[in-house]
Amino acid sequence: MNLRSPLGQARGLGSAKDGTHHFWVQRVSAVALIPLSLWFVFSVANLAGADYEQVRWWVGYPAVAVTLVLFIAAALYHSMLGVQVVIEDYVGNEAAKITALLLSKFLHLVVAVASIFAVLKVALA
Amino acid sequence: MSTSKSTAPNRPLSPFMIGPYYKPQLTSMLSITHRLTGMGLAGGTLLLAGWLIALASGPQAYAAYAGHIGAWYGQILLLGFSWALLYHLCNGIRHLFWDIGMGLEVDAAYRSGYAVIAVSAALTVVVWLFACLT
Repeated sequence: MNLRSPLGQARGLGSAKDGTHHFWVQRVSAVALIPLSLWFVFSVANLAGADYEQVRWWVGYPAVAVTLVLFIAAALYHSMLGVQVVIEDYVGNEAAKITALLLSKFLHLVVAVASIFAVLKVALA
Repeated sequence: MSTSKSTAPNRPLSPFMIGPYYKPQLTSMLSITHRLTGMGLAGGTLLLAGWLIALASGPQAYAAYAGHIGAWYGQILLLGFSWALLYHLCNGIRHLFWDIGMGLEVDAAYRSGYAVIAVSAALTVVVWLFACLT
């Protein structure tokens, strides 16, 4: 039984498109971020007072660099998904909404790539 | 959404939540805080990126960054970022329990809500003590 009005059906409104996937990967990234965030917060706290060379040495440590990259990727992916929901909630104008969504996606990608590049640059030096 | 001259009857809209129509409750307050901390953390990733890029750029760049972070405004930002992360983490776990259907009763939601406030505050203190003592 279809509850959509003919106009809604013609406009293509009503479906969350790939909402299930979004819901799921948001939870998966959330679960990954539980240990990763705790590790990150306590690692950074531990680095308080460290100088430039000490921080470089820490980031250069292979296990640390790998975990950092994983944290950055998971956090920015999770963030991108979350910001998408917020934009969809508050931006009514269709053109503005799509613009904002694209900007958000691209910005998250840029920040992720730049951060991961920086980690690799330090770790592989 | 946009203008629609539909022949459908004008249905009532739900009132805007923040205002005289809805009483603020622990559940709704924690929920909006979860959203706000999420947005704050999204912005905070720029702090993280800046730190890593400064580290990769050399000692002068890093010293400049460290100078800003060490200043009073940097420390306030760091405190806010750390609390936001820990709050969002704790409340996120609360959300995950809800996703598997646990703790959705009102009394359970209130208890877990108070727990989130307490644990996130306590963890923030622990992290900062840890930072100051190492």
